[in-house]
Order: sequence, then C-alpha cells, then structure tokens
Amino acid sequence: MGEYPQVLFQNRKPRRIVTLDEYRQSGGYQALERIIRGKTPKQVIERVTEAELRGRGGAGFPAGKKWSLVPDDAPFPRYIVVNSDEMEPGTFKDRVLIHADPHTVIEGIIIAAYAVSAEKGFFFIRPSYETSAVILERELENARQAGYLGDNILGSDFSFDILVHRSGGRYICGEGTAILNAIMGKRPNPIKPPPYPTVKGLWEQPTVVNNVETLAFVPHIIRNGPDWFKSLALTESGSGTKLYCISGKVNNPCCVELPIGVRLSEIIEEHCQGMRPGSEFKACLPGGASTRYMTPEHYDIQMDFDTLSEVDHRLGTAAIMVFDHKTCLVAATLNLTEFFARESCGWCTPCREGLPYVRDLLWRIENGEGREEFIPMIRTMSKHFWNAYCALAPGAAGPIESLLTFFEDEVREHISQKKCPFK
Amino acid sequence: MLPDELREQFAKEIAQVENPREKAIDVMYEIQRNFGYMSDGAMIEAAELLSMSPVELEEIATFYNFILREPVGRHVIRVCDSAMCWLDGYQSILDYLRSRLKVEMGGTTDDGLFTLLPVCCIGYCDRAPAMMINRTVYGYLTTEKIDRILQTLVDQSKTSSSD
Repeated sequence: MGEYPQVLFQNRKPRRIVTLDEYRQSGGYQALERIIRGKTPKQVIERVTEAELRGRGGAGFPAGKKWSLVPDDAPFPRYIVVNSDEMEPGTFKDRVLIHADPHTVIEGIIIAAYAVSAEKGFFFIRPSYETSAVILERELENARQAGYLGDNILGSDFSFDILVHRSGGRYICGEGTAILNAIMGKRPNPIKPPPYPTVKGLWEQPTVVNNVETLAFVPHIIRNGPDWFKSLALTESGSGTKLYCISGKVNNPCCVELPIGVRLSEIIEEHCQGMRPGSEFKACLPGGASTRYMTPEHYDIQMDFDTLSEVDHRLGTAAIMVFDHKTCLVAATLNLTEFFARESCGWCTPCREGLPYVRDLLWRIENGEGREEFIPMIRTMSKHFWNAYCALAPGAAGPIESLLTFFEDEVREHISQKKCPFK
Repeated sequence: MLPDELREQFAKEIAQVENPREKAIDVMYEIQRNFGYMSDGAMIEAAELLSMSPVELEEIATFYNFILREPVGRHVIRVCDSAMCWLDGYQSILDYLRSRLKVEMGGTTDDGLFTLLPVCCIGYCDRAPAMMINRTVYGYLTTEKIDRILQTLVDQSKTSSSD
C-alpha cells in the first residue's frame, strides 16, 4: 500500500481532520488563485473536460461536459448542488472524504461555481452524516474568513457562497433531479428531463448537480493538468484515481484511494487483507446495491467504467460489497429489494407496485413457499422496472436479474427443498 | 404551542432565505430536538412560519425517515437493517435490543427513555453492524458495547432529572 499516488487522501491523517493550513501547505487553494487571476470559466471547463473526469456518484457522466451544458446565455442566478446524500447501500466514501480533507471538497465546489458562474451552492447531506455536516459548516466558515468564499473572492468580482442543506433522509433524494425538489422543500419526486437541471433546475434556474468526490478532484486537475490526471489510471480508457469502499466478508472493510483500473483481486487481497478466515469469495456487487452480482469469473477484472460495462457490469459508486460462500444470495437479494421497495418514492407504478411484488416472491422463496413459476414471474417483473420514471427501479433490477442469471440453481434449490439451504 | 423564543428564532432564519420552504426540514428538526416529534399543533404553526399550508408540510413530513409524526422516547435508536449490517449480525443486535429494552420494533420503553426504529443503510458499512441513537452513530456493535452505550444514557437521564 502507498505505492499508488494519493490525490484526495494525500493529507489523510489517521484520527483527525486535515486543517485549512495543512491543506494550503500541500498546495491547497492554489488552483483557485490561479483561475481567478488568469483563467476564464471556459478554460476551466476545457481542462476538466480534457482530464476526462467522470462523475463519481454512480452514473459516470463526464463532469466537464455537464458544466458545458449550462448555456452561455443562461439566466442568473445559477446554482451548484453538491450531492452527499450517499444513501446507496455499501457506499460511504463521501463521509470518509469529508472527514479526511474537507477543503479539497470545498475548493472543488468553488472552482465548479466559477466555471459555470454560479453564485450559490447547496451542500446536500444525509441525517446519519450529522458529524460531516458540522465539520463542513465549521470549515466553510474558515474558508470564508480566509477570503475563499463570500463576496469578492480573493479580491476578484466573483462572489459565491455555500449552504449546508440537511436532508430529511430518503434514498431518492440522491437522484439528480429529486435532490432539487428536496432542496426546494417540495416532495422529492424525480423530475423527468428535459429540461435538464443545467437549463432549469432549482427554482427554474440553471443548476449543476455533482457528487462530492467528483468535485474534490477538480483543484488537483487544475493544478497538475489533465495529462497527469489521465496518467493516474491503469487502463487506457480510464482517468484518475477513485475512492473504493469495500464492505462485507473481507478482513479489513475500508475506504481506499486507488487508481481507476486497479484489479478487483488486488483490492480484496491486498487492501482488504483478503477474505475472512473460512470465507471464500462467492460474488460481489461492484458498485453499490444497484449493480449486478459479479461472480468469480471476473475476480481479476480491472475496475474501470468501460472495462466493467464491456462485461455488462457497472462501476457505480465503486462500493464493493463482498459476499462469501456461506451467504444465501436469495436472502441477500431479498434484503436489497426490501431496501428499494421501502425507499421508492411511490411516484410511478413500475417502482411502487413492482418492487413490493418481487420482494414478496423472493420472501416466499427464501421462506420455503417458493414455486417454479415464480422465477419467470420475477424475470418479467424486473423487466418492467425499466419503464420507471427514474433510475431507482432499474437499479433495483440489478441484483434481482443477476441472481436469476448467475445463481438460478441456488434459487431452484430453495424451491425444491422448500427451505433455505443455508439455514 | 411553540415557545415565543423558538418562533422568533425560526422567523429570523426564514427571513434569511429567499424561499421559506427551503427551511422546512431545518425547522422540523429543531422542533423535534425540543419536543421529540412533530405534533399536529407543531405542524400547523411550522407550516404558517414557512408560508406553507399544513397539508403541504404534511406531504413532506410523512415522506422522510427522520421526521416523526408520533411521540417517541428521549433517545431514538435506529438499527441499520441494510445489506452489510444484515450480513454481519443485524438480527442478533436487534434481538438483543428488543429483549434488553423489552420493546418491539416501533415501540417505546415504559420509562419513555428509548424508542426502537428500523433504518436503512446509514453509510457505516465498514463498521457493521451499526445503529444510530438520535444523531450519533455507533458501529462495530456487540452486546457488551450496547450495554455500555445504553447504561451511559440511562445514567445521564438520572443526573439530568435530579438537577
């Protein structure tokens, strides 16, 4: 470990938060000074686009491209929304990042605001991260005192400030349009685009929504250049490093910064110190609860957006949830489906009705009441999830469909034995 | 029902933003911090302060996991039941809490000190199994650790009630 360059975690301390001074000593806020003194917003967008920085919140949309979707003649005020809802089961990287080095996040937000000429930012944060919210409020004030936030930043005519917005706590709030309704104090249903938030977002004004980790990379890209950022990845198609958070049946569940393209086997064996004693790798969800089970066939795969999508998987949030051979995947999928069914906002039928329907079928299979015909019923129903309004239900289909694809025998065993073979 | 002090504080905070309803969650959290939950009376007063109708505020209040429309104990225990905690002992943690507190999920202890609620993934999967008590998260739970945490809270309540 430590053999790979650390970008976001370069200042990370074992038991405390990096201070503003320490962040500055490592070159922090130089990128902001540089762009304010001599770069146009367009040049900032160009650099981030060249760096091929892809969104770290799950969808992988190129950040520079998203910023360029704010039309030149778009009205003011414009807004930035920082998404730290992070309610995807298995995902905890934003929390670790905010606790490690909050100013790399804050500087990233300010630069993004400069790039799209935003004047106000909302840092959207979930209730279980109250400590992160408190840290942010304190460090935002420190940044204000230092002249990095507020009116006339660093003596320029650019003014921008950030408010911490506490969520009432629902998974759907992390969705890129539902988050806008949540901030506006409306019921957080997703809003079907177009118009996209970059054109009409908060209060009908142009709004850019980015994940915390995505924004945290921005100062480093400005300082060290797009080529440097691209060279950090181990794959040709990839760019940069990534925060991987690994949980489940490994010896050392953790959040580590590793290059894009690092092998899954290396993450598990070296950075997580291997599987727990008596546990064998059975499957993992490579990018959070809304990705598909990945089997030992891909144990050596390089973790990158493109390499995973080539084999019909998704990098998602790079939250790797590891299951061992003693774990019943019908029960695991039941648990995941229960989560999605409960967290569905209820706005559209495929999600509101479909998820509880599949949950009930899985419950019966797990509890010895399964029948053969349930398998095609679940298959058909999970296809309907794709007709939903937003990505929640299609995400929920990931574990369900892949359970039937890769572990059909295990499902059938439940049905034929009329009980869970793992109990 | 809201004390004048709190009403003034809210009015001041709301005046600072362009769109009052933006503060809906903050206002409800603050009321809950004082009174534990959102009573019907509190809903009506909060809605008025936020320039919303009570039903508009209700629409939001009932949507969120952390807004409570029924009375709860002083300490709300939320046990994470999502995948990684489930994998690592959620059931035994819940069973232990139920038997120790003598309440079922959703219930409040007779002394009004604890309410037991479920919660989905709280983002502490590296420290499973985990739970929240009010806004504090506790991870790597064992029965011994739970005993210590609960005992501290019980002791605190004795000191504060004898003040």
